[in-house]
Amino acid sequence: MSRHVLLIEDEQHIAEAISFILGRDGWQVTHLSDGMTAEAAMKTGRPDLVILDLMLPGRSGFEILAAIRADAELSPMPVLMLTAKGQGRERDEAERAGVDRFMAKPFSNAEMLAAVRDLAGGA
Amino acid sequence: MAFNLLVLACLAYVIFLFLVAFWVEDRAATGRTGWLRSPLVYTLSLSVYCTAWTFYGAVGYAARSGLEFLTIYLGPTLVFVGWWWILRKLVRIGRKHRITSIADLISSRYGKSNLLGVIVTLICVVAATPYIALQLQSVTLSFGAFVATGPADGPLPDSQATGVWVAGGLALFTILFGTRNLDANEQHPGVVTAIAVEAVVKLVALLAVGIFVVWGLAGGPLDVIERVNSSTIADWDLMPSRWAGLMFLSAAAVICLPRMFQVLVVENSDERHLATASWAFPLYLFAMSLFVVPIAVIGLERLPAGANPDLFVLTLPLSEGREGLAMLAFLGGFSSATSMVIVAAIALATMVSNHIVMPIVLAVLPKKAVAGDLRRIVLLARRVSIGAVLGMGYAYYALSGGSAALAAIGLISFVGAAQMLPALLGGIFWRGATRSGAALGLSVGFAVWAYTLFLPSFGEGAVIPVHVFTEGPFGLDWMRPRALFGVEGMDPLIHSAFWSLILNAGAFFLVSVLSFPGPVERVQGAAFVNIFDAEGAGPTGWSRGQAEPEALLIMAQRILGDDEALRFFSKSAEKQGKAGFLPDPTPDFIADLERRLSGSVGAATAHAMISQLAGRAAVSVEDLMAVASESAQIMEYSARLEAQQEELSRTARQLREANEKLTQLSVQKDAFLSQISHELRTPMTSIRAFSEIMMEGDMPPEMIARQARIINEEAIRLTRLLDDLLDLSVLENGTVQLNLELANLQGIIDRSLASSSHTRPERIFTIHRDLPSEGLYIRTDPDRLAQVFINLISNSRKYCDSANPELKIVVRHKGGRVTVDFIDNGSGIPKDKQALIFEKFARLTDQTRAGGAGLGLAICREIMANLGGTITYLPGQGGAAFRVTLPLRLEKPALA
Repeated sequence: MSRHVLLIEDEQHIAEAISFILGRDGWQVTHLSDGMTAEAAMKTGRPDLVILDLMLPGRSGFEILAAIRADAELSPMPVLMLTAKGQGRERDEAERAGVDRFMAKPFSNAEMLAAVRDLAGGA
Repeated sequence: MAFNLLVLACLAYVIFLFLVAFWVEDRAATGRTGWLRSPLVYTLSLSVYCTAWTFYGAVGYAARSGLEFLTIYLGPTLVFVGWWWILRKLVRIGRKHRITSIADLISSRYGKSNLLGVIVTLICVVAATPYIALQLQSVTLSFGAFVATGPADGPLPDSQATGVWVAGGLALFTILFGTRNLDANEQHPGVVTAIAVEAVVKLVALLAVGIFVVWGLAGGPLDVIERVNSSTIADWDLMPSRWAGLMFLSAAAVICLPRMFQVLVVENSDERHLATASWAFPLYLFAMSLFVVPIAVIGLERLPAGANPDLFVLTLPLSEGREGLAMLAFLGGFSSATSMVIVAAIALATMVSNHIVMPIVLAVLPKKAVAGDLRRIVLLARRVSIGAVLGMGYAYYALSGGSAALAAIGLISFVGAAQMLPALLGGIFWRGATRSGAALGLSVGFAVWAYTLFLPSFGEGAVIPVHVFTEGPFGLDWMRPRALFGVEGMDPLIHSAFWSLILNAGAFFLVSVLSFPGPVERVQGAAFVNIFDAEGAGPTGWSRGQAEPEALLIMAQRILGDDEALRFFSKSAEKQGKAGFLPDPTPDFIADLERRLSGSVGAATAHAMISQLAGRAAVSVEDLMAVASESAQIMEYSARLEAQQEELSRTARQLREANEKLTQLSVQKDAFLSQISHELRTPMTSIRAFSEIMMEGDMPPEMIARQARIINEEAIRLTRLLDDLLDLSVLENGTVQLNLELANLQGIIDRSLASSSHTRPERIFTIHRDLPSEGLYIRTDPDRLAQVFINLISNSRKYCDSANPELKIVVRHKGGRVTVDFIDNGSGIPKDKQALIFEKFARLTDQTRAGGAGLGLAICREIMANLGGTITYLPGQGGAAFRVTLPLRLEKPALA
């Protein structure tokens, strides 16, 4: 069974790039342009990993992360957070909020792939 | 003789005296005093002692009481011959300490106490007022005597009116020559010389009448002696107590009477004159008394019974038809009266103004007194005092009705003046004498005198009720005015003199022994008592020279006058060996200055004034003035400080605000950088990811084409972002180059619509325009304005969420300003976001779709500011509505 990644990213081109990289490596990628339906998608899709952009329209990455961590069913879910701001402040805040990996944009494809493999576990 | 002729003679005589006084003052002013300051003039001026009372009254006295009148001459003779060393000491003290009056001397001696000055002044005024009245009375009496014996062809003189004229004329003369200036020494050479002339006139007149009587009416000296022996005068009883008492009183009076003190001490210009006067003045008195008895005897013989013996000098020649001689006698009497009144008025006015008026003026009108010229105030006080003294004399005369015999009034004054003797002699011979003693002695003596002699002189029942005379006040038998302590049968005059002087001297001595002198008093006492020993000792012993010479000079100028003060200061500086006109304020100099000032304003006042400047304890007018102006300065200074404080706090507030703004800006800058970072990194992410994928190769061509297009789009997006950023930066800095030109608004809108048509070209947009209203020529930068329009139209195309999007463009023109509204029919911008839309990176929706970096409206706002206009959001228009306002004619860039 191929592994499942939920990608929440509003930038279409970035989402297309990540989907392409992970799909080529055998990951099934579900893409959402905003985080409005993130929990529902996670509960139905049961992804092995959530890749979450920080700057999202309507609902920020932090809000979604908090919701995930507050939800007993979803809280064990590994989350890889992406941000274009890439400042130390956001990184600290994200780590305090319980993110599993924080990655600044732009990233190298290899880096992204390694992180996803690492976080989604040796399954 | 006609009354008018008499008045004319008086006027002529007075004018002559005026001329003499003027001439002397003129010479004195130019320093050519010469013989005017001779011992002779000094001696003659002492003849103010011989008043009308002596001139007329001595004859009357002799007619009534025989030789007793001689006591009045013997007393002074004894003083001048036997006690001249007392006079010398007084003169030395007076000159060294620049004493201006007897009140000044006593106040100065007892620690410059103005209280004593006031007491002495009051005693002198009270004692001298009847005396002045006496002189007025003698003049009017003599007028009357003349007219009564003459043909009744002239108007009868009204004695009251005559009194007024005489008093007024004397006041005028005294004011003219007594207060011409404030001489440092209070010396009046003009007056003194006029007095000397009058002395000659009265002596000549009396001698002439005497000679006429002895040789003209009687048969020579031998005949006269015979007549004397057979007359009633020979029967008189010698009363030793009265003789001794009267001699003592007249001796005291010659020292203590204010007018005598004035000519003897104050007007003395050379101590050596006293040596001449010590024999010449008794000689003068002898000459004055020589013919008194003959005139009295012949008068009693020849004139009808009941004729006033006080006027024999005048009526004897008149009755013999010797009008010329009578006129001379009249002028002699007139001289006696006027000389006394003039000198007494000067002396009393000096005391009153220095010890009573000036202290009050200095206390009550400090600002005025200090601000203006003090000399004027002193002179004015002096003049008013002269008027007041003469006015009182006249009032006394008018009220008493001129009833009492001349001699009686004179003796009452003598006893009053004698009250000063204990304090005066004690002060110059006994260092132990104290202010309290002097004050008490004077007060007790004055009170006893008033009670036993002065007030009863008005008549029993006039002031003191009759029963007091018989039973004593409140039934106190021993308090009867004429029988104090039960001593009865004494002559009232001697009784009063005895008790008043005994009690006065007793109180003075006892209290002096029991009380302790103050420091100034001690210094002054030593200086006065040892006046002949210590040449260098100043009157004050200013040990601390704290006064500023400038301040002293300013004060001295106010009192002495500019020139006089400057001369005095220059001379003192020269004496100290200093160049310029400001001497060091050494104790010697300050003491000198104080003496000099006390010559003008009295010792107590001068001391008070110096005290303030020399740092003594007394706080005075100028101190207060200085304090006042200083506190005004302080207030001004503190007001300035307050203003500065306010400015400081305002600056601090501004700084705080600026700091807050900077902090805010810093935060904004961080946020802005963070935003820019985000805006740059986002396209970079896509570019990097796809370029890496493409670098791996092994891709179908259609895949490569797609990914390359994405890379290209993102690169364009990056470029646009950089362009916007640069544009914004230029606009914000105000360094944008505007190309102002006249352009058709319609053309600009056409161009903008065309340029924005490729934004979401797939949408069908309906544009509503009103072309005629757009036909405006405006002066602006058309490209920049078009940039704003394009942005607005593009936004509308991007965000208008209507199914049939429409855009309405409305142009209005009013008062030199043009508004262009862009209103679409979408859902508009939510209220809570309307305030944010013009901020940088204020993207409201998904930016990918918009394709901009969120800088568009921020740029529009900056452009409009540069074009002198605005861009605002119009709420409540149904859709998104923006209003652009701009000037019709922009002559120069709005943001230079």
